[in-house]
Amino acid sequence: MGILAGKNTRVVVQGITGREGLFHSERMLEYGTQVVGGVRPGKGGEWVLDGKVPVFDSVKVAVDATGADCSMIIVPQSAAPDAMLEAADAGIRLVVCLTEGIPIQDMMRIRAYLDFKGVQLIGPNCPGLLTPGETKIGFIPGDNAIPGNIGVVSRSGTLTYEVLYALKLVGLGASTCVGIGGDPVKGLNFIDVLQMFEEDPLTDKVVMIGEIGGTDEERAAEFINQNMTKPVVSFIAGRSAPPGKRMGHAGAIVEGGEGSAADKIEALKQAGVQVADHPEQIPEFIGK
Amino acid sequence: MKLHEYISKQIFARYGVPVPQGKVAATPKEAGKIAKKLGGRVVIKSQVLVGGRGKAGGVKLAKNAKEAETLAKSILGMEIKGLPVRKVLVDPAIDIASEIYLGITNDRAARQPVIIASAAGGIDIEEVARTTPEKIIRAHVNPLLGLQDYNIRDLSIGIELERKHWPAFHEICKGLWEAYRDNDATLAEINPLVISGAGELIALDGKMIIDDNALYRHEQLAELRDLDAEAPTETEARKYGLTYIKLDGEIGCMVNGAGLAMATMDIIKLFGGQPANFLDIGGGADAEKVAAALRIILQDKNVKAVLFNIFGGITRGDEVARGILEAMNQVKPKVPMVIRLVGTNAEEGRALLAEAKMITAETLAEAAKKAVAAAKS
Repeated sequence: MGILAGKNTRVVVQGITGREGLFHSERMLEYGTQVVGGVRPGKGGEWVLDGKVPVFDSVKVAVDATGADCSMIIVPQSAAPDAMLEAADAGIRLVVCLTEGIPIQDMMRIRAYLDFKGVQLIGPNCPGLLTPGETKIGFIPGDNAIPGNIGVVSRSGTLTYEVLYALKLVGLGASTCVGIGGDPVKGLNFIDVLQMFEEDPLTDKVVMIGEIGGTDEERAAEFINQNMTKPVVSFIAGRSAPPGKRMGHAGAIVEGGEGSAADKIEALKQAGVQVADHPEQIPEFIGK
Repeated sequence: MKLHEYISKQIFARYGVPVPQGKVAATPKEAGKIAKKLGGRVVIKSQVLVGGRGKAGGVKLAKNAKEAETLAKSILGMEIKGLPVRKVLVDPAIDIASEIYLGITNDRAARQPVIIASAAGGIDIEEVARTTPEKIIRAHVNPLLGLQDYNIRDLSIGIELERKHWPAFHEICKGLWEAYRDNDATLAEINPLVISGAGELIALDGKMIIDDNALYRHEQLAELRDLDAEAPTETEARKYGLTYIKLDGEIGCMVNGAGLAMATMDIIKLFGGQPANFLDIGGGADAEKVAAALRIILQDKNVKAVLFNIFGGITRGDEVARGILEAMNQVKPKVPMVIRLVGTNAEEGRALLAEAKMITAETLAEAAKKAVAAAKS
C-alpha cells in the first residue's frame, strides 16, 4: 500500500466512455488497478473494455454496486466541478481529478466543500497517482517506474514521468508518486504529501518537483526545515522563464517578483534540500 | 483575459456601482461630440491593456470640447508600451475630495477570494503594500457563503471611512463582489474609488481580469479579447489549443506539458543554448495540433534548430509522430530537428519516424546537447 492507494483500492472512473477515459482505463487495468466500474449518466447498464467494466448512471449507484472507495475523474472541463462534488457526496474517500481548465472560483468552492466532507482530492489538472507494482490511477505511464523507497511529489505532469524514468534507469524505484497538479487552487499540496511521506514506513527519501509561480515551494521548504527527518531532493522548472510571462499552467506565472525559480531554489537550499540543475541529475543526488 | 477600463466600468455599472457617465470614442471627432454632451470639461483616457497610462501621457484633462478633440487626436495616435491606442474613454471631469482603493482577487494560498481596501487609493497599490502594509485592509470571503455584510463593515472601519459614506460603500462592495463572482473574474478592481467634492462615491477607474478557464461560459466576454495585447503567433496558437510564448533564442521547442516545457528550456540554457519559445502542445495532442505547432515555431526566423521533447502519458507517441510527419510534409523545414520520444506508445512513434531525417536522442540532456550543437552548425 502506498501513501494514498494500493492494490486493494477500488476505483470508479467518471467519464469512462469517452475516448481518453477508455484509453486510460484500459492502461490502468493492464497495470493491475482495480477499475471496478465507470460512470456515464445515460449509459448505465452498458459494459466497456471487452465486458470487463460495468457502467453506471451515477457515482452513488456505482459505489453501492461495487464498493468503490476512489474515483478518477476524466470528464470534459464543464462537467468536472459537478463530477467532483458528486463523488464527494457518494461516499468516495479519494477523488483524483485529471481534467484541466477548471475555473478557479469553482475550485475554491469545491475544495471548501470537499474539506467539509472530509474527502481527499488530488488535482485537478494533474497526472494522478502511481503506487509502482500495485496501482495507477491516472496518466502516469506505469512502465516508467519501478517499486522502491523514494516518495515522489510533483506539480507537473510530464516532468514527473521524466523523473521517474531517470530514477528507473539507474535502478531506483518509487514508493508512491503523486502528481498534485499545476492549478493555483487544488486538493493535496506539497506539504500534505510531504507529511504523508514523512510518516510512511515504506518511504526513505523524497523527491519534490516544483515550478515557478505561487509560493507552495517556499512553504514546503519551511515545512521540510521544521518537520522532516527524511532527505529531500528537488528540482524547480522555469529558471529560464522571463518574469511576467504565463507559461501554460495556471500556476506557472511569476507575479511581481513572487514565485521565481531563484527564490524557490534559495528557500529549499536554506532548508537543507539538494536542488538539481536538471531532472536527470536527481538520481545522482538521491543516491542508492 | 484583461478587460479594458470602459468595459470593466460598464460591467460594474450593471451591478449598481456608480461610474462616470462617459463614453468611448474611436475618432477625435467622436470624442469632441461626447465632450460637448458632457458639458466640456472631460478626461480623455487611452484604452490600452497596460499599466502606467497616465505617466506615458495617455490620460489628459480637457477644458472644453474643442480641446477634447485635439487631445483625443494626439492620444489616439499614440503607442503605449508597444500597444496602439485605438480607443479613448471620454469621462466627465470630477473633483476629487479623496481616493480609496477597492479590489477583489483570489488569495491562492488561502484558497479564498479576498477583498482589499485602502484609504491610500489612486496610486500603485502594490507600492502601498510594500511601503506601508498597515494601510491595506483585507477581508477574506468564504467561497461557499460569499461576501457578508460584516466583511464590508470591517473594511469601512479599517480604512476609517466616514460613517456617512458607509451605506454607499456597502452597495459598491456588494456590486463589485457580484461582478467578480458572476463573471469569473480573477481581479475586479476600482482604483481609485473617489469621494467627490459633492460627497458621492464614484468608481473613477475600473479593471477586470477574467479567468481564461471560465471563458467557455462567458462567450460575450470572450469575444471582447483585445488581440493587440498579444503577438499574432500567440493568437494563432491559442486557436489550436496550444500555449506558445515567443522568446529571443535560436532553439525552437515543442514539448508536452508546461513543467516539462520549462525544464526543457532550462536545460537548453544549461548547455549553452537559448530557447526560442515556450510551447506546450498540451495533453492528448493530435496530429493537427502538432502540425500547427511546428508551423508556428518555424515562423520565427531566429530558429536554427527545433527540439521535440515528448514524454507520452495522456499524449501518445504515435499520434505526435504522425503530426510531425504531416507537419514536415506541409512546412518542409530546413533547420535540423532533434527528437526525443518516450512514454505511452513511444515505440510506435519512433517506428513511424524512422524514415524522417531527424536527429534522435534518448535522454533529455542528450537531446538538449544535440539541439545546441545543431543550432550552432
